[in-house]
Amino acid sequence: MNPAVIEVENLTKRYGDVEALRGVSFSVSEGEVFGLLGPNGAGKTSTVEILEGLRTPDSGRVSVCGLDPQRSGAEFKHEIGAALQSTALPDKMRVHEALDLFGSFYPRRRGTAELLKRFGLEEKRNAFYSQLSGGQKQRLALAMALVNDPRVVFLDEPTAGLDPQVRREIYDIIEELKKERKTILLTTHYIEEAERLCDHVAIVDHGKVIALGTPRELKERSGAVTRITVRMARPETNGAMGTLEGVTECRTEADDYLLYSTRVPRTIVALVKHLEEQNNELVSLEIAAPSLEDIFLELTGRRLRD
Amino acid sequence: MRNRAFLFFSLVMPLSFLFIYAGIFGRGNRQAMPYLLAEVLALTVMGSFWGLSVQLVTFREQGILRRFRVAPISASAMLASSIISNYFLTIPTVVIEFYLSRQVFHMSSMGNLLGVFVLITLGIATFATLGLVIASVTNTMQETQIINQIIWFAFLFLSGVTVPLPILPKLVQKVSYFLPATYLVSGLQQSMVDHAGISELGLDLASMLGCTVIAFLVSTQLFRWEPEAKAPRRAKLWAAAAIVPFLLLGIWENKYQHVLSRSISDYQLIEQSSPPDPKTPAR
Repeated sequence: MNPAVIEVENLTKRYGDVEALRGVSFSVSEGEVFGLLGPNGAGKTSTVEILEGLRTPDSGRVSVCGLDPQRSGAEFKHEIGAALQSTALPDKMRVHEALDLFGSFYPRRRGTAELLKRFGLEEKRNAFYSQLSGGQKQRLALAMALVNDPRVVFLDEPTAGLDPQVRREIYDIIEELKKERKTILLTTHYIEEAERLCDHVAIVDHGKVIALGTPRELKERSGAVTRITVRMARPETNGAMGTLEGVTECRTEADDYLLYSTRVPRTIVALVKHLEEQNNELVSLEIAAPSLEDIFLELTGRRLRD
Repeated sequence: MRNRAFLFFSLVMPLSFLFIYAGIFGRGNRQAMPYLLAEVLALTVMGSFWGLSVQLVTFREQGILRRFRVAPISASAMLASSIISNYFLTIPTVVIEFYLSRQVFHMSSMGNLLGVFVLITLGIATFATLGLVIASVTNTMQETQIINQIIWFAFLFLSGVTVPLPILPKLVQKVSYFLPATYLVSGLQQSMVDHAGISELGLDLASMLGCTVIAFLVSTQLFRWEPEAKAPRRAKLWAAAAIVPFLLLGIWENKYQHVLSRSISDYQLIEQSSPPDPKTPAR
């Protein structure tokens, strides 16, 4: 395993009466994409802003590239790049000027032309910031985060508020960064984003890390079950569906039966046998493997978007 | 220059003042133009006060400063760069004003250009840093606008830039001696009319320099990157430190009235050179 580039130990942070962070701990290895997944208000942004040096923790220890973000000043800032939750620039600043300006702050930097090409902003080179779409602004924010070719990149909700098409474009960019072995810490409340991009995920809720591991480990470790959605030609009222082998829970939703099973193959076989016995026909069958949302639901009793 | 509001306040308005002053108060008097141009130059330079305070508060409220905070750039570098860029944006207007005064209004003398240059340079720095101090102690744009208006009115009407210092009531003159704008206007008039050089304007320049340094240090100390960060209560006390040089100069001037006697001498020179016009009342 690669050495840890980011180390967070027992981080706490309070805003007035609100305890935003209540002892957050995790570490991020060099070259991995680490996700902080959780609903709004979970403490994700507070965590990442402390790591960026924008906020001071009340207690705990943080280290990025062996440096303390609060104390290391310019040396620390040369090592990191960040796309904040919302990046704002002067309306009349042109795209290439933003990259030129921010690039000028660093001794080591990537060329503006290279970044424009890489992030699909060549045609918008001379456009004012106010003329950019949401997706273009986010791509510019990512380009600015990489202008100094940093060792660690922080991405705070990089696709929030973007439509699915644009979101996928951003995912492609992040996957390219992943291939370059950049260490990336991203915060998100999108399951798909965490499952697709992250090597490790910390699920955060109410200021605490409630689960930590690879997406696969989290799904295997938890008691999350596979959901089988069944629609039959004739609905049943005798409750027999809930007694099929492997089924831990059965719910109905309109004309569908939602079977939650820990042993999917046996449940399917039992279902087919049951339908034959009842002289009933299968209209549709859908199998959904447990997602991180199911794990969050299992751990907190709430959906990620509640 | 891409910002229309900036273009209006930095170019259109000062040039409008030039035409108003020259047209209404000058009345074709070429001898009066250096005196009037001095007032217009002072107004142009004082515009830095509004420009930088509003810009800094706007950038902070919109979260623009926040992004800069992630980069390895210090508060002092941010502030210094805004002062320097403001300087280079103001100088073209000054040059145009000189050009128009000469070409359109046939100004007879260019004054002591070195003295004017130093005064304008220090004047821009002084008013820019005072604007930054205001932005450092206010929390919202609304608060900034209110404080700016109060201070601006004082600069406009109590310093001699609109109503000449010699004709202000005695009590008001006593207040004028504490305003940085008074020394800028008087110094520019001295340079333009009497060809006063740096040595004759030593006290004015020293006060402006002192004010600039203190105001810059104060605004650096109180600089806030975050939109939600509030100025601490002691901030306003720190801000008051920026005007200490002019406080001391004001006390001294109230006793010795050098700036008033300079202003009277320049004002009388212009009044004497004005052609008599029984139809138009004297200013």
